[in-house]
Amino acid sequence: MNTELVLFYTASAAALFATVMTITRLNAAHALLYLIASLLAVAVLFYLMGAPFAAGLEVIIYAGAIMVLFVFVIMMLNMGSATVEQERQWLNFGIWIGPGIICLILLAEVLTLLVDNQRLSGARMVTPKDVGSLLFGPYLLAVELASMLLLSGLVGAYHLARPLNEREEEVPPEVEDQ
Amino acid sequence: MSLYGQVGSIASIVGILLAAVLTASMLTWLERRLLGIWQDRYGPNRVGPFGLLQVVADMIKIFAKQDWIPPFADKAVFVIAPAIIMVCMLMAFAVIPVAPGIGVADPHVGLLFFLAMTALAAYSVLLGGYASNSKYALLGALRSAAQMVSYEVFMGIGLMGVVLVAGSFNLREIVNAQSDGWFIIPQFVGFFVFLIAGIAESHRLPFDLPEAEHEIVAGFHTEYSSMKFGMFFIGEYLGVALISAMIVTLYFGGWLGPVLPPIVWFCLKTFIFICFFILLRAAIPRPRYDQLMSFGWKLMLPVALINLLLTGGVMLWIG
Repeated sequence: MNTELVLFYTASAAALFATVMTITRLNAAHALLYLIASLLAVAVLFYLMGAPFAAGLEVIIYAGAIMVLFVFVIMMLNMGSATVEQERQWLNFGIWIGPGIICLILLAEVLTLLVDNQRLSGARMVTPKDVGSLLFGPYLLAVELASMLLLSGLVGAYHLARPLNEREEEVPPEVEDQ
Repeated sequence: MSLYGQVGSIASIVGILLAAVLTASMLTWLERRLLGIWQDRYGPNRVGPFGLLQVVADMIKIFAKQDWIPPFADKAVFVIAPAIIMVCMLMAFAVIPVAPGIGVADPHVGLLFFLAMTALAAYSVLLGGYASNSKYALLGALRSAAQMVSYEVFMGIGLMGVVLVAGSFNLREIVNAQSDGWFIIPQFVGFFVFLIAGIAESHRLPFDLPEAEHEIVAGFHTEYSSMKFGMFFIGEYLGVALISAMIVTLYFGGWLGPVLPPIVWFCLKTFIFICFFILLRAAIPRPRYDQLMSFGWKLMLPVALINLLLTGGVMLWIG
């Protein structure tokens, strides 16, 4: 068995295991850490398949930005509530061994990949330029639709986050008097 | 090429790793000495010549401290968190093109790899604050999560200008594309955006709100002691060295320069930017947290987007 296949199957196994653990965890914080490990495993798979651009975006956007916000929300919800005590009872050392080992395996794989610059035999190399010309060529309509969806999210977030004194029609009169 | 050996040789890997860690630990001394000079005092000058052995003294002290894990902490995450920043920063050094033939790796998407590693480094601070289970640490971690996620956006958009001009994500090709002129000239606005985002990413002063000691004790590392604190500390200096090396690679021609050998040019330029980071600390006071965030979204984002639009337009016009 050649190196690419070994790398592929270990990364796949790591992704599958991490995803199963994400689903079966009772605690949201544990589930999130497994989900991050799973996303990193998928990024290694993308790299192996000759799509380094997709692999980079997977880490930067999913693992590096979206999941950070998820952890952020979990931290906010834990503040000052009775769940802190409950969570603390659930958090034991054994829980963290799993994600740690998975991340170590992936780290070793990424190091090997970086040094050898290997990818799966038979897979075609997809450069960032190819991705760009596909997105803004045949798939232009999908890109525009996605951007409209994001814009509506942005407008909604702006409305919710406006300072209260700018939303006069929603403020009861007694609050204004104070 | 053959004169310097090959990218990814054992000598390169060990050399760059050692150089990165040594630079980061020497920076603890350099920073205090330079701050001393700029603030008209001595700084640490007692141990060894010019106080150079202060680093060793600090090291012995930090190892001898009690390695205390608070009983209320989430123990495993508490232990893992400082390691994440060290690993991510050292991994990012792997793609830095030090000189022709010297470097750990040369992937097609080196710039994306750098962005990915700085993005993952945010977890160190976030998990450190979460696992400490104390109010100040939590406040520091919340600030840092918001700050790092926001400034990553501008950093990415600012860097796209360089990618457009060079036509590649590969850092070696970006350096080679600068042989006719450094990108600081066509990409001055991009450089400005990247510099500010870089300071915010490595949460250095003036953007060190996650650990601002006048309001939240020591922020996310309030509960850390001994070598675990040391790893956060060295990780931050690794970040400073990394951002300096990236500024040199992307905007100041990397190893390019007359007369002196390439590696000397690279180290010299990087050193200048490290000193600039320290000068910023001596010169500029902290903004308020809301000022930092509104500065990012209201000024940096439009500037980065306009820079991208104009660069794209000019590149299309030139053809």
